[in-house]
Amino acid sequence: MRKQVLAGLLVLGMAVTALSGCGKKAQTTETTAAASTEATAAASAAETQAASSASETEAASSAKTGRAATNEITVGIAQDLDESLDPHLAVAAGTREVMFNVFEGLVKPDPEGNLIPAVASDVEVSEDGLEYTFTLREGVKFHDGSPVEADDVIWSIKRNADDSEGEAMIPALTSISDITSEDNKIHITLSQANNEFLSYMTLAVLPSDYDGQDTAPIGTGPFKFVSRKAQDSIVLERFEDYWGEPAKLDRVTYKIIENSEGLIMGLQSGALDIVSHLGNTQTSQLSDADFHIEQGTMNLVQALYLNNAVAPFDDVRVRQALCYAVDKQGVIDLAFDGLGVPLGSSMYPAFGKYFDASLTDYYTYDPAKAKELLTEAGYPNGFDMTITVPKNYQPHLDTAQVVVEQLKAIGVNATIQPIEWTSWVSDVYMGRQFESTVVGVDASEMTASAMLKRFESTDSNNFINYNNADYDALYAKAQSTFDDAEQTEVFKAMERNLTENAANVYIQDMADLIAVRNGLEGVQFYPLYVLDVSGLYWAD
Amino acid sequence: MKKKMNGYLIAGLIITCILAGLAILGNFYTPYDPTAMSGAAKFQGPSPAHIFGTDNFGRDIFSRVLKGSSTTVFIASCTVLIGAVAGTAVGAVTGYFGGVVDDILMRMNDALTAFPSILLALVVISILGPGSEINVILALGIVFIPSFARLTRTAFASIRDRNYIESARLMGASSARILLIHMLPNIWSVLLPAITIGFNNAVLAEASMSFLGIGVTPPDASLGYMLSEAQGMFARAPWYAVSTGLMIIMLVFGVGLIGEGLQRLGKDAEY
Repeated sequence: MRKQVLAGLLVLGMAVTALSGCGKKAQTTETTAAASTEATAAASAAETQAASSASETEAASSAKTGRAATNEITVGIAQDLDESLDPHLAVAAGTREVMFNVFEGLVKPDPEGNLIPAVASDVEVSEDGLEYTFTLREGVKFHDGSPVEADDVIWSIKRNADDSEGEAMIPALTSISDITSEDNKIHITLSQANNEFLSYMTLAVLPSDYDGQDTAPIGTGPFKFVSRKAQDSIVLERFEDYWGEPAKLDRVTYKIIENSEGLIMGLQSGALDIVSHLGNTQTSQLSDADFHIEQGTMNLVQALYLNNAVAPFDDVRVRQALCYAVDKQGVIDLAFDGLGVPLGSSMYPAFGKYFDASLTDYYTYDPAKAKELLTEAGYPNGFDMTITVPKNYQPHLDTAQVVVEQLKAIGVNATIQPIEWTSWVSDVYMGRQFESTVVGVDASEMTASAMLKRFESTDSNNFINYNNADYDALYAKAQSTFDDAEQTEVFKAMERNLTENAANVYIQDMADLIAVRNGLEGVQFYPLYVLDVSGLYWAD
Repeated sequence: MKKKMNGYLIAGLIITCILAGLAILGNFYTPYDPTAMSGAAKFQGPSPAHIFGTDNFGRDIFSRVLKGSSTTVFIASCTVLIGAVAGTAVGAVTGYFGGVVDDILMRMNDALTAFPSILLALVVISILGPGSEINVILALGIVFIPSFARLTRTAFASIRDRNYIESARLMGASSARILLIHMLPNIWSVLLPAITIGFNNAVLAEASMSFLGIGVTPPDASLGYMLSEAQGMFARAPWYAVSTGLMIIMLVFGVGLIGEGLQRLGKDAEY
């Protein structure tokens, strides 16, 4: 019997050495070993470790030469796209990020955030800002080979401006009083001038007589859609008849892996070539020999978004108390190794003139003051709250964890409720059934309205139920102000309104780390939440 | 009965007592607050101040392991309690009475067993809602009923027709009395090892569920959840995964030894 005990201890010893001996490559082994029974862990860990690292290196080397040779890449993304791929109906930033490569508007943003001509080769604006004349570019084709005609453009714009069934998809376009075409020219007349109008012309130009956009979208971008497997992958191919400089890669596969460890493992194993929106903790697991890291900003506003309609967040003092109690820099230092730009309102620095840096420090970290405000609001002992977090986003989970810890200091007992991304979209964003949530909100166009309109009390995207008469008035004013400088001031006043009323606990614009396999070049950062794959290429 | 050193039992008891002691201690005292973060102490390797090192938020891993073990042990114990009590009740009824009751209950039991246990737990969690310890316990408890029912049914059935049971029946003892007073004490040798095995499975099941993100929610600590956290920072803080994994292994190993010891003890004893 002694011998058997000894044997047992030996087995245990093996398990331990197998665990501690596991290098970076054998991560998978480590986790399965711990989750399966002790006996199997001991028996198989050593073998599996050897086998898996061998097969991984093999896969990695063959994948590298393999995909570079066929001039294609696989991109890892953390979420599936919207159910419908119709660009006019897209909700999620993750969908726009991919479809940016498939669709184009009359104009499109460049990496500096300027609008450059795309489907239109030229645009003229009348002096009073009411007349826009676009000249259609010669030889622009849809992915099905048919040429882009003025009718398609008009149909696309009208579809977004149509408010016969409730709110228009782009409400600002309801100010269009007339669209006419003449040969290759499109004239748009506005009922009132709008400085942001041109930004809306980034809306995707779609063929007017095609009804398969939901499942097999057709656009004019450098890549054409090939196939999609729900919850699995999306495949794009270079569009040979692209009007501009054609994409360098032949084929791009987006692989959906809904957890951050999976994405890192995918990179390490050679299954993925490029993954964006990573954190420092994750990228530090990748070896310099295989990957280089590009750093930009995410271009979104990460915040603890508060449902302003539910108690206790319907009290401005409570919201302000939370703002004083959350140490933004602390969050950035703790969870993001100091990479990230602290924010104070719903606007991020890439917006340039619209960004008001002075709001960042409006609430300085001050738990005593927070406690005072809570007492004033009738919560001297704090309260319980739930933070709903989409669990496929590790950065948001990390932020939430630090926030929970910081809120303890003022007696607020927060619990994290991790949910699936799809449930987040349906319950939190659409259904508004939540108390608070940590997410990042981005802009669909480079307009201040894209960030600020959503907090107007009646806006359909106002998921935090922000309801402030001054804010609504300011927004109305912004819509009727045509002087650019003056309008900018109004937008800034809106940002200040959000900050002063503590609409949300603003945290940061996160650093965007993109892990790129060595040999793959041409990553460009945009002031939008997109990944432009048309410029990527395998260097020799 | 021959008196004999039972090495398994002793080794198992020693390991388990130490770990259970730590787990209970973790409920009342940890060297640091297990959720307290410190920017200055991120990713520190094991040192006298932090014997298991610190994690990405500068939290003390030893404190988290203590707290996590206590959560895990608590969940596992409750799970086994539910599984053993309900399972034994089912096993007793079906094993003793047989007939139609046996057929119906055991077919239901078979149906439950047909699902992989994690999947079944997932279903229960999605009905009850995630993120609460009680729900994890309930989900796993239900999952654990069938194995206990099957095991105890056989034990009850095998002693049903023994003479002493017949005698008790002839003396007019009620069924409840026979089951509880005469039969239950005689199946301990089957039940106890099953409980230890069940406990181990429950530890691992809790770990897997939390690992998958449907068990304990952050920032609470449980061994399984900590392991899934540790996985994400394996390159920067390997000590996190190692110390957490070791704790799970030792816990399962210790209780496993007790089970083995009990089983051997049971083989020597007669029932």
